[in-house]
Amino acid sequence: MVAEVEQKKPIVEITGFKQYFNAGKKSEVRAVNDVSFNIYEGETFGLVGESGSGKSTTGRALIKLGDITGGQILYKGQDISKIRGRKKLLDFRKSMQMIFQDPYASLNPRITVKDIIGGALKVHGIYKNSKERTERVYELLEAVGLSKEFANRYPKEFSGGQCQRVGIARALAVEPDFIIADEAISALDVSIQAQVINLLKELKKENNLTYLFIAHDLSMVKYISDRIGVMNSGRMLEVAEADELYIAPLHPYTESLLSAIPTPDPENERNRVRTEYDPKYHQYDDLTKVGLHEIAPDHYIYCHENEIEVYRKKRERLLREGQKYA
Amino acid sequence: MDNTNVLEVKNLAISFKTFEGKVQAVRGVDFELKKGETLAIVGESGSGKSVSTKAINRLLPKKNSIIESGQILFEDKDLLTISDKEMQKIRGNDIAMIFQDPMTSLNPTMQVGRQIAEPMVKHQGLTKEQATEKAIELMQMVGIKNPKQTHKHYPHQFSGGMRQRVMIAISLACEPKILIADEPTTALDVTIQAQILNLMNNLKKDLETSIIFITHDLGVVAQMADRVAVMYAGQIVEIGTADEIFYNPMHPYTWGLLASMPTLDIHQTDLYNIPGSPPNLLHPPKGDAFASRNEFALAVDFEQEPEMFKVTDTHFAKTWLLHPKAPSVTPPAEVVRRKQKYEQLFGEKKLRIQTGGEVVGSRG
Repeated sequence: MVAEVEQKKPIVEITGFKQYFNAGKKSEVRAVNDVSFNIYEGETFGLVGESGSGKSTTGRALIKLGDITGGQILYKGQDISKIRGRKKLLDFRKSMQMIFQDPYASLNPRITVKDIIGGALKVHGIYKNSKERTERVYELLEAVGLSKEFANRYPKEFSGGQCQRVGIARALAVEPDFIIADEAISALDVSIQAQVINLLKELKKENNLTYLFIAHDLSMVKYISDRIGVMNSGRMLEVAEADELYIAPLHPYTESLLSAIPTPDPENERNRVRTEYDPKYHQYDDLTKVGLHEIAPDHYIYCHENEIEVYRKKRERLLREGQKYA
Repeated sequence: MDNTNVLEVKNLAISFKTFEGKVQAVRGVDFELKKGETLAIVGESGSGKSVSTKAINRLLPKKNSIIESGQILFEDKDLLTISDKEMQKIRGNDIAMIFQDPMTSLNPTMQVGRQIAEPMVKHQGLTKEQATEKAIELMQMVGIKNPKQTHKHYPHQFSGGMRQRVMIAISLACEPKILIADEPTTALDVTIQAQILNLMNNLKKDLETSIIFITHDLGVVAQMADRVAVMYAGQIVEIGTADEIFYNPMHPYTWGLLASMPTLDIHQTDLYNIPGSPPNLLHPPKGDAFASRNEFALAVDFEQEPEMFKVTDTHFAKTWLLHPKAPSVTPPAEVVRRKQKYEQLFGEKKLRIQTGGEVVGSRG
């Protein structure tokens, strides 16, 4: 999926972002360690990695659920750590919304769908009058493919896929520009995942949205992302355009992720060779010349300066050989 | 793998009592499990795959579940009629289970070594010391590092993948004849999933255990299964060898499942999805339960439930499309591609769907 992002205007700029938990104590966890990347207006940025890689922490920091340890996060040019006060925070959150992983746990079981979606409208004071609000809720339900009769039902009356649609409707209610989907499809059945992915793609087109799509496996991400970032143990290891990443995965960790995905094809599975990844690979003793280096246009790898040539050669070879994991 | 059946499920039907009425979760399921084979059961949530297998171990809540009909035969005994005491001797001993969520299915207040040792003390009459020693061996076997120290750890001290290994060690403690794995890797990362699946495949070879593997991920099925049963709305709609299901699927629901699986091919940019959602089993629809979501539905699908048609000796599908009088249809492109691969792989011309099959009454 190559999106025509004509003039790339960053909506999110993350530089040197660090998030340490229990900083300074013995139990310090460096969840994210010096990560920088941009998300451009109108694109979908996929963020991939296994649990503990820091991808969710990045998403949570971005929407300001807690203070960051170091670095800077700019949203539409504004430093988000400087956003203070109820009014400003409300404006910020109106512009940026989140869809959560567990469709059941993220909806209040004791209120109806109408109140769940309408709640967002109420908090932001978008519609003063409850009749207008209800109208808007009906509209939103229809937009995510649910009928308006569902408005008076409770979350437990829905299937997982339907709950996730309610979660999406809630995120859309305040007409945001930017949506973070944190493992929004991981809890769903494969056929329902496809429905939700297609819905998100449609909504993006209709509403001019930008997505940060966080997921742990690379198979579904492909269908929605323009660019993909791969994280492991708090570091961004590879950033590339989606197509390029699948044809020429350069970092050994990306390769191991791709090789671990089981494909629905018994013959492939019988002949498949999996590569294992050792995290020691990207632990360098001397960090001075280590960082995200541009191997090819828009293709970045976390490596030492000396390794750039090796990766360039590897890329050329992979491009010649064509796709390996399909 | 020899051809003896270790387990036979016959015409199993299970309902649940709810405030709204009876939910018919399983509606007449037949299958058998052969020695040393892996049978994968796939289907969406609510298709009855977990309920059917919980019935095998008699783990359904007594309060509101009703076995409407059926038999589950294991070693000449019907597991549905034997006493609780007899069942306790089988459960965890001959038939063991691995659950989806390793965090909630382990006891958080008990050392993992003791949890692995427990079934051996109960079923095999080992002393605590002997059992602990064997538990350490088992932990070694499933790839947990330093078992001599870590057997004294508690579940929260392990990562998700390691906890699932503990679960596998518990289930293997008594060298069961049948292992039921209910979505054992769904909660895990792909890299960890690959390790666990590898481990299960190796253990199966070494111990000749038969595995029932429940999942909704067809990629996992392709890696694990010898045979596959596809469930929809409480019934098996298609069953066959893994190659038959993946390369020569006959049921439109199987087509939809296969077509909606993501591939890593960058040329494929649109994802097929099955429209709608599964029917409410409080009132199962008339005719074929899949008809309303099925773009290939025939008029008869809305009237009459299809029979189980035989495609080969090992392959059966419950769709009117296999009836000799049914019109020929062209399956989705992805399925056509698969059928071409089937031809390449096995050199058989089974592409034409209108050939139909003979009706097998007893399975219908």
